[in-house]
Amino acid sequence: MREITYRQALNEALAEELERDPNVFLMGEEVAEYQGAYKVSQGLLERFGPKRIIDTPISENGFAGLGVGAAMVGLRPIIEFMTFSFSLVAFDQVVNNAPNLLMMSGGQFNIPITFRGPNGPAHQLGATHSHATENLYASVPGLKVCTPATPRDAKGLLKTAVRDDNPVLVLEAELLYSSKGLVEPPDEELLIPLGQAEVKREGSDVSIICYAQTVPLALTVAAQLEEQDISAEVIDLRSIKPLDEETIFNSVARTHRVLIVEQGRPFCGVGAEICYRIQKNIFDELDAPIVRVSQEDVPMPYNERLEKFVLPNADKLMAAVKKVCYA
Amino acid sequence: MQQPDQRDEVEMLALMLLIRRFEERASQQYQAQKIGGFCHLYIGQEAVVAGAVAATRPDDYMITAYRDHGHALARGTSADACMAELFGKETGCSRGLGGSMHFFDKGNHMYGGHAIVGAHVPLAAGMAFASKYRNEDRVTLCFFGDGAINQGAFHEALNLIALYKLPVVLICENNLFAMGTSVKRSTSLKQIVDRAEGYDIPGDIIDGMNFREVRDKLSEIVGSIRKEPHPAFVEIRTYRYRGHSMSDPASYRTKDELEKYRLDDPIIRLRAQLTREGKLTNEQFDQIDKEAKEKALASVKFAENSGELAVEEVYEYVYAKGAQ
Repeated sequence: MREITYRQALNEALAEELERDPNVFLMGEEVAEYQGAYKVSQGLLERFGPKRIIDTPISENGFAGLGVGAAMVGLRPIIEFMTFSFSLVAFDQVVNNAPNLLMMSGGQFNIPITFRGPNGPAHQLGATHSHATENLYASVPGLKVCTPATPRDAKGLLKTAVRDDNPVLVLEAELLYSSKGLVEPPDEELLIPLGQAEVKREGSDVSIICYAQTVPLALTVAAQLEEQDISAEVIDLRSIKPLDEETIFNSVARTHRVLIVEQGRPFCGVGAEICYRIQKNIFDELDAPIVRVSQEDVPMPYNERLEKFVLPNADKLMAAVKKVCYA
Repeated sequence: MQQPDQRDEVEMLALMLLIRRFEERASQQYQAQKIGGFCHLYIGQEAVVAGAVAATRPDDYMITAYRDHGHALARGTSADACMAELFGKETGCSRGLGGSMHFFDKGNHMYGGHAIVGAHVPLAAGMAFASKYRNEDRVTLCFFGDGAINQGAFHEALNLIALYKLPVVLICENNLFAMGTSVKRSTSLKQIVDRAEGYDIPGDIIDGMNFREVRDKLSEIVGSIRKEPHPAFVEIRTYRYRGHSMSDPASYRTKDELEKYRLDDPIIRLRAQLTREGKLTNEQFDQIDKEAKEKALASVKFAENSGELAVEEVYEYVYAKGAQ
């Protein structure tokens, strides 16, 4: 193992998959000559050439659809959205074409495509650039959605996504691109299956279920809770769809108390679905009503103080844990 | 590989008749409530797709919008599989899961059947991108209606196609109406073909009621694309005799207008050309038409006698099982 950044991990995943399979190509805005808006594709143009690392005009609907069409006839496109906020312009292709073709064609056309890019609120980008899109896409049958929070997960999940025969969205954490973590050396194949959550920290008093940018936040809060003699278990979902119910239920069966932290908004959010599944399947294990921390249900304000108020933060998590633990 | 210009014109006339007789049966079966959802008929436009298949190879990619029955039949999908699809049966070309607007036939390179107006034009770009990526000399035929040319997806795709010099023939089947809205009321241009100019794509206007003109002009374009990949745009002027869909009485146009086009019928026109040239007798025509009617009728029987997928099977078409 060596320490690399989340950005480097994604770059390695792309390079390894491009190297492995000539049918894989990377397309998006500024991915080639500019080396990626967030430098995730740094060096790939030089290494793989303009045939496989392709700059596009600002036409998300157009190039997302181009990817779907190329996937229909056997290529394995990786389509980068500069941010998933911009994927909303391509919603028709991602939601209405990519996941529907298998059903509509009676099984003749599966779409092996990866849509990837940063997702979730970053810092003072305003309402249009701060979307956490995971609940929108996870609600669509035929799509798979993963949300890596560490460099290791970023590499392993992206590589798995590229090899999957279905449309997979890799929602990268914009605020974590420069974060560091331990990852296997490049000569060791790293594939992390979709649909496997990971216990990032073990604990016995409360299960904190989180994903993406809320994982480091939850880990920080869990460390603080330890000083107050509350042992928090932190579960990183890693993949929203398919969802790893088993890991969630096993944890809840031990702690009997649950806090769900999501980077998105509360209404019809990821946390709402998990809440439903826990009460449906293991209601008797719960010692307290499940609590959720989400964004406030408002478009994202630009003002820094107001933005902080809208987002999940350590104080909110701490208060929620104390509430669910009756502490 | 058979050369396009050698494809028998009588065979193409038979195809046009098959499409027409199939659509007449589909109309009848829709009225008898054997067919659900929406159903858009191709009657009147047959020379467009017949001319296109006569000008291309069977392994060229074809993709179209929701008025797609004729395209599948032209690609070689059987009338049985087409009618069964309309009936929602498992023997349908999309196993009864797509319906009228979503005909797919991978084996015959028919890539749908797409029902969101304009949304398949980017897909055509991707298919052509793939053939260029693999250094194939395949051409992608992308059909769409005059209603598609004002959609964002169409414009984004045209720019990408032109920018990457993709081997696509963009075929606008201009039947003058986007549902009930005439081109004059929907489009700022005097003629649709000028859309191509905005993207530096060569454009041409073709009389879609004339099979030979469609075939010959497309043959020339396709030949040029095979030598060096590039896009082309054709506005093929045609007319649908029926309403936009089965529920549309088409009250937005006059009987006189319809009659004018009926007199210029593409089937009658090709028949007259062939008869005049001594290539087709009346008896031969009657025989071809009889066979088309029989195939259409047999397809109804086939569809009626076919089974449906079991309800549990619905889960088999959400995710493909494989991964590399």
